[in-house]
Amino acid sequence: MSEPLPVPEEFAFLAFPRFHTTGRPKPPLAAVDSSPTVAELERYATILRINCARMVAVAKSGHLDSSLSAADIVAALYFRVLRHDPANPRWPERDRFVLCKGHAAPIQYAALAEFGYIAHEDLMGLRNIDSDLQGHPDMRRTPGVEVSTGSLGQGLSMCVGICLALRLDGLAETARVWALLSDGDCQEGQTWEAAMAAAHFGIPNLTAIVDYNHLQTDGTTEEVMDTGDVRAKFESFGWQAVEIGGHDMAAIVETLEWSRGRERPVAVVCQTRKGRGVSQMENRFGFHGKPPTPEQAEQALNELEATLARQTAAIELAAEPRKGGGRR
Amino acid sequence: MTATAVTEPTPTRNAYGAALVELGERHSDVVALDADLAVSTQSIKFGKKFPDRFFNVGTAEANMMSIACGLAATGKVPYCSTFAIFATGRAYDQVRLGIAHNQLKVRVCASHGGVSLGEDGASHQMIEDIALMRAMPKMQVVVPADYNQAYRATLESYEREAPMYMRFGRPPTPAVYDEVPATLGTGIDVLREGRDISIFACGHMVWRALAAADMLATQDGVGAEVLNVSILKPIHSEKVLASIGKTGIAVTAEEHRVVGGLADAVRQVAAEQHPVPVFALGMGDEFGVSGTGEACMEHFGLTARGIADRAREALLLKQIVSHPPVRGD
Repeated sequence: MSEPLPVPEEFAFLAFPRFHTTGRPKPPLAAVDSSPTVAELERYATILRINCARMVAVAKSGHLDSSLSAADIVAALYFRVLRHDPANPRWPERDRFVLCKGHAAPIQYAALAEFGYIAHEDLMGLRNIDSDLQGHPDMRRTPGVEVSTGSLGQGLSMCVGICLALRLDGLAETARVWALLSDGDCQEGQTWEAAMAAAHFGIPNLTAIVDYNHLQTDGTTEEVMDTGDVRAKFESFGWQAVEIGGHDMAAIVETLEWSRGRERPVAVVCQTRKGRGVSQMENRFGFHGKPPTPEQAEQALNELEATLARQTAAIELAAEPRKGGGRR
Repeated sequence: MTATAVTEPTPTRNAYGAALVELGERHSDVVALDADLAVSTQSIKFGKKFPDRFFNVGTAEANMMSIACGLAATGKVPYCSTFAIFATGRAYDQVRLGIAHNQLKVRVCASHGGVSLGEDGASHQMIEDIALMRAMPKMQVVVPADYNQAYRATLESYEREAPMYMRFGRPPTPAVYDEVPATLGTGIDVLREGRDISIFACGHMVWRALAAADMLATQDGVGAEVLNVSILKPIHSEKVLASIGKTGIAVTAEEHRVVGGLADAVRQVAAEQHPVPVFALGMGDEFGVSGTGEACMEHFGLTARGIADRAREALLLKQIVSHPPVRGD
C-alpha cells in the first residue's frame, strides 16, 4: 500500500499519525536476550487493543470485542513466546500461530504490524475493497498468516496437519504450533475430530489456547449451546489440559512456556471477558460483529489510552536497569 | 510409460492406488490421507509402503481436508481420498476454505463417484460432486475414463500446481485406451471422428459412448463423433468448438446430474461461442437407489442405448436447426 486509504470523516480523529507502537527493536525473537516483563506485555496488549479499536471503527465492520478478549494472549505469544522472524516469515524452524477464531483478525493484524509483517498504515484498510487486509486472515494476502481461517472448527485440524508435516521434516522438537480457538470453535464438531487426531497421532508440539469468553452472536454460550467444561473435554480426548485466567498475564506467560515442554498436545483454556479493556463492552452481550460508532470509538480509545498512560507510568516508575537474559 | 496398461475391465480406483505408490516412490513430499476407506479407495497400498507418510483420520472427512491444508501449507503434497459424497459433500467448506481459497497443491481424490457405486444406495451415490467442484473457484476437475487414463491422471496431477479434484469409480470398467496415455493433454480426446453429431462423455460413460456410436452407425447410418472429456475444468473450449462447429448438434453423457457437470461445461462454451442444441444424458432430479452397480446404471438409463436414444432425439432437432423453416412467404 503506497497511498493511505481515505478514512471516513466521522473517524478522522483516528487517522494516522496517531498510532502508538511498542517501539521494540525487531530482531528475531529467538535472538533476543532479554524478553519483556509481564508489565511490559500488559502494556503491549493495551497498544494492540487500541489499534484494534481504531481498525474496526474505521472499517465500520469487524469483531472488536472478540479481538479484545484475545489481546493478552496474543501479546504474550507474539512478544514473548513465539519463535518467529519478521524478516523471514517462512523461516522453516519458526513457531506457527494459527488464529482459529479468524474473526478476531484485527488482533493478529495489530500484532503483525508491530513486527513489520505489515505496515501500520495498512491497518486502516481492514475489510476495505481497496486493501489486502481481509476480514478473516488470508494466507495469500498477508505475510505472517500461516493458513486462512474464518470458518470455525477448521483451524485446529489445519494445525494438526502442520504438526504432521513438521514431524516428517524432523522439526517436531524445534517448531511449535499455537492455535487460538474461540468457544464457538468448540461448538463445531470438527474441533473434536482434530482433538482426537492430535492425541491419536501423538503430536508433541501443539498448544491449543481457548479464548473462552462465554459470549456468542445469539447470546451467552450457556444459553445458546453450553460448551461446559472445555478443559475437561480436552482432557478426556487425551490432551494435557489446564485452565487459567485469560487476562492474568503472568499466568498466561508461565503456562504457555510450560506447554512447550510437554510431549502430548496441550490445551490452555483461558477464562476471558469479551470486550476486555473497554468497560462499555466488557462482558456485555450484543457487541459481537458490531463495529463501534464514532462516539463509542472515542470513548473506548479514551479509556484505553488512559490505561496505557497508567501502565507506561508504572513501568517507568519501577524502572531498574534492564536485566539481560530474561526468563526462558 | 513405465506403468503397465490393463486390457481387461478394471476399476479406475485401482489405478489411483497403484499410481499413488509410484508417486510416493518418485516424490518424497507426497503424503496421503484417508478417512477409514483406504481399502476401498486403494490408498492402502501407499499406506503399507510408506506408513510414515500416510494418515488415516478415521471417519472424519472434514478433519482430513483441513489437515491436508496444514500439510500443504508446510510443503507437502497431500493426496486425500474417501468416497465422493464425503469428499465434496460433507467436507465442502473444508475443501473450499483450506484448499481452494488458499490455492494449495492438494489432490482431492474421490472414489466411488456416481450411481455405479451400487448397493450402498442413495446416501453414498454421489451425483452432484462434479457440479460442486466445478463451481468452486480455483478447483480443477479431472474425471478419467478408464484405468489407463486414471493412472496417468494421478501421476500427472503432481506436475500441476492448482488444487485438483479427481473422480474415480468403484466397478470394473472396460479399457478405452490401449496403453497408459503419455499425458492427459488438453483433457479432451477425440476417440472417434464423425460429422453428424458430437457425443461428449466422461468417466464411465466414455466406453458406453463408443458403444452408442457403433449402434448409431449400424442402425441409423449416423456418424457420431465421440469425445472423452477427462479435464472438465478448465475445459478446453477450442476442442469443444471444433467438434460442434463441425456437427452442429451435441449430446453429453455423464454419471452425474445433468445440472452443473459435463452438460453445463459444454453448454457454457457452446452458448457463448457457437450456440447449438446440447442434449444431456445423466441423472435427473432424483437420488440413486440400491442395486448392483450395473443395475443402477440400467435403471437410470446411463447406458450405451441411453446415449444412442438421446442422440436420436437430438438428431430430430438437427433437421430443424440445419434447415430452418422459411418464415413469411
